[in-house]
Amino acid sequence: MTGSNDGMPPDEAVGRRRFLGYVLAAPTLVAAAELGVTASPDIRPPSPDIRLPSPEITEILDLNDMMTLAALPTSGLVTVEVHPDGTVSFALPRAEVGQGITTSTAMLIAEEMSVPLDRVRVTLADARPELVFNQLTGGSNTTIATYTPIRVAAAVARLRLLAAAAVELGSAVTDLALKDGVVTARSGASVGIGALAGTAASTRTRQVPVTLTPREDFTVIGRPQNRIDALDAVTGRKKFTMDLDVPGAKPTMICRPPTINGRVGPVANLAEVRAMPGVTDVVTVSTGVAVRAETFGQCIDAVRALKVSWKPGTAEGKSDETVLRELEAAELPIGLRPPTPVVEERFTFHFRSNSALEPNCAIADVRADRAEIWSSLKSPIVAQQAIAATLRLPVGRVTVHVTEGGGSFGRKLFSDAALEAAEVSQKLGKPVKLMWHRADDSRQGRTHPMATSRVRVSYLGDTVLSYKQRHTSVSTDLGHGLGEIITATAAKLPVGDIGFSETFFQLSQTMSYDFGSSSRLLSETDKGFNTGSMRNVYSPDVTCARELIVDRLAARMGRDPYRFRRDFLRNDRSRAVLEKAAEAGGWGRPMPAGTAQGIAFHAEYKSVSAALVEIDCRPETVGRPIRDGVAGPRVTKAVFVVDVGLVVNPRGLEAQMMGGIMDGIALALTSSLHLRDGYFLEASWDNYFYTRQWNTPPELQIIIMPSGSEKPGGAGELGVAASMAAVACAYGRATGTMPTGFPINHGTLSFTPKPTVPPVPPSPTDGLDHAR
Amino acid sequence: MPEYTFRVNGEQVTVDVPGDVRLLWVLRDILGITGPKYGCGINVCKACTSHVNGRAVNPCAVPVADLRPTDEVTTIEGLAATVGEDLHPMQRAWIDHDVAQCGYCQPGQIMAAVALVRRVAAEGREITDADLDGLRNICRCGTYFRIREAIRAGAKDM
Repeated sequence: MTGSNDGMPPDEAVGRRRFLGYVLAAPTLVAAAELGVTASPDIRPPSPDIRLPSPEITEILDLNDMMTLAALPTSGLVTVEVHPDGTVSFALPRAEVGQGITTSTAMLIAEEMSVPLDRVRVTLADARPELVFNQLTGGSNTTIATYTPIRVAAAVARLRLLAAAAVELGSAVTDLALKDGVVTARSGASVGIGALAGTAASTRTRQVPVTLTPREDFTVIGRPQNRIDALDAVTGRKKFTMDLDVPGAKPTMICRPPTINGRVGPVANLAEVRAMPGVTDVVTVSTGVAVRAETFGQCIDAVRALKVSWKPGTAEGKSDETVLRELEAAELPIGLRPPTPVVEERFTFHFRSNSALEPNCAIADVRADRAEIWSSLKSPIVAQQAIAATLRLPVGRVTVHVTEGGGSFGRKLFSDAALEAAEVSQKLGKPVKLMWHRADDSRQGRTHPMATSRVRVSYLGDTVLSYKQRHTSVSTDLGHGLGEIITATAAKLPVGDIGFSETFFQLSQTMSYDFGSSSRLLSETDKGFNTGSMRNVYSPDVTCARELIVDRLAARMGRDPYRFRRDFLRNDRSRAVLEKAAEAGGWGRPMPAGTAQGIAFHAEYKSVSAALVEIDCRPETVGRPIRDGVAGPRVTKAVFVVDVGLVVNPRGLEAQMMGGIMDGIALALTSSLHLRDGYFLEASWDNYFYTRQWNTPPELQIIIMPSGSEKPGGAGELGVAASMAAVACAYGRATGTMPTGFPINHGTLSFTPKPTVPPVPPSPTDGLDHAR
Repeated sequence: MPEYTFRVNGEQVTVDVPGDVRLLWVLRDILGITGPKYGCGINVCKACTSHVNGRAVNPCAVPVADLRPTDEVTTIEGLAATVGEDLHPMQRAWIDHDVAQCGYCQPGQIMAAVALVRRVAAEGREITDADLDGLRNICRCGTYFRIREAIRAGAKDM
């Protein structure tokens, strides 16, 4: 990270804040940002002798640098608009799925324009193909990539408003102050920015140099801010896709196959189901049989009534055991065992679901010559192109509206429901509001692929000589547009001709410890599953395996796990978060038998993090009664310390870490999918055990480290890896046995699997009996 | 088709729909009341939690025919009006604690929280950790800790 301006000549400090923006020809003030030469990310040119596997490629270029670079040529097209009512609007070319980027974006604009936050309206931009690589939400990259361009656009607007006010108030610009959306002259005369929106507008597009507000003058950025959509969220006014009222778009559901990607055959009772109450249409589509009805309840009834012949899918007959054998066969060699002492282990990570609480869903209105789609999409340009191809329409005739998403966790990188909705709407010639049943979302939806991670560390005396990790995974589908970025940027990368996933893997992983020669390699196998990048992608598993090995290595060397990590971490910034976690969490305090602390470290997204957790594995805790759920060991305390560089919204950052901790607890202890006979047994939230209130740590502390950095790091996925690893380490220390399979309860099936035919369960009828 | 009459958020409504259609779909697809969310359809995720006569109920598991004309259904949209304010104290606590992330589950969380506080108050005691552990509403964003803080704060103002 870049340091502060301390000791730097003043003109150089200003130079780093000077950029070129645009004022666009428009009836009201529209300012746009284009990154100037000074805006290039601070990336050292790769040295020509770098070859993979290199020790630390992420020190030269990481995934976020690559995404930022890929976004550069078109970033100039983001615009801030001032309206006559004094509001400022900005259409964010990203997806808000709960991570708080509409709030942090509004903060950037409020800061640079000196307007109150509640007058900044941030909406989500429709798919804009001209943005090419600048409309992908992923890799925790939003704030990193947009931090400067959004402020530049706002600064241009501010400059134009001041110039217009100077004419209006008959005053020199230097005698004007802009505050709270009002320009005031030294004489005391004032004018609101709304009144200036027209006069500040330009009849032609022109370039405008601006200097951004220096960090020491920030009054909005860096201060805790509640979500701008909080009121809508708590009153039920916040609109998700299925809450939109699109004329004629009636509830639609798909009857899906009993096995993963099974193919649809003949339907025996089409006429009968078409005659069911409320049903308007039944039609066979590529993924199953679509039912459109007056209510989703009637869709569920019709789906359950359909008698469909199904053909085999893409994972026919497969189970956890057979996939594990595939992974063993695909594992890359770890080399000959060295003559020195080694610590070695292979860890297994089972399939996990990245289902959000809002299931896959989309609205589609497809006409003969055009289509309109509404869905929460993190890669809307790819969706638009794919939908156009499916419908055989020109891309320009497909409008894709990005709606607010009810969670993503990687799901919304893909547009499965949008593609389906478009297909159904075209086939029926009617608008549809298509939603996956939870059972579909769980059984046919995308998953975090099953993986193994083999680690071998060799050491001698107090020195670690080498660290090798061979990560082997069912293929992760990354075909959501990141591929285009990779293609565009590949020539600039020192990664030669290695594969696409390997590139992603190498650019997202880093070795933070001084462990001698280090190598990490990814091998993938089996493309028969519906997979995707689940929050934090490879890192939770890779980090969990590494941190467990670190604990074992420390024990072998007779060292305390915390002090061992502190001594081997490679830089002060990393050590600082670890030390803070140990101090705040009371590392080493005496604890009863069956309970223990665990500590872990993780670096990614230009950020560093450390987690300390306490776990209670005593039988009376593990066996506490929970109806239709899993109790298991209880994480009783979690302390999470993070340094993300410059923080835009500390309150939002804390929220993201809190969510990451809950994910980490689930990944370590309770949440997985069980594969049997070509399908996942889990069909709903009473089968899939994501963290619940009874698993939540009653004590939770999140500490944000002060940073002099001028640049923000990524945060949306950051909290998961260290949390999962710390929970695993604590479990190992509490039970005296290092866990090697995750989640730890995967071997026990804690529910009775629901039938696969019909594919969705009936809704209960006893709701009133359970009123409480 | 049969007609069913009941009260929603203070108003009498009559719907023309088969009696086995669950209340969730009557609210969302027929009446356009979209605060209660679908998350499972089998009464396990609790995203649709609303109140019937002041008690927490999951409309995904209630056939509309089970409602009587005098039954008062309250969704998140009608919660504030039950205390005659713009916002219910629990909604205010939710905003103060910045609980919501994606927000999808939060209407159900708030309705469950209000019912819990009323239940505990009726038993003449304070909210305990065990009470909070007993909440079954899923939040996939993992806002559980702030939910716990907000419930304790909101309870003080109820």
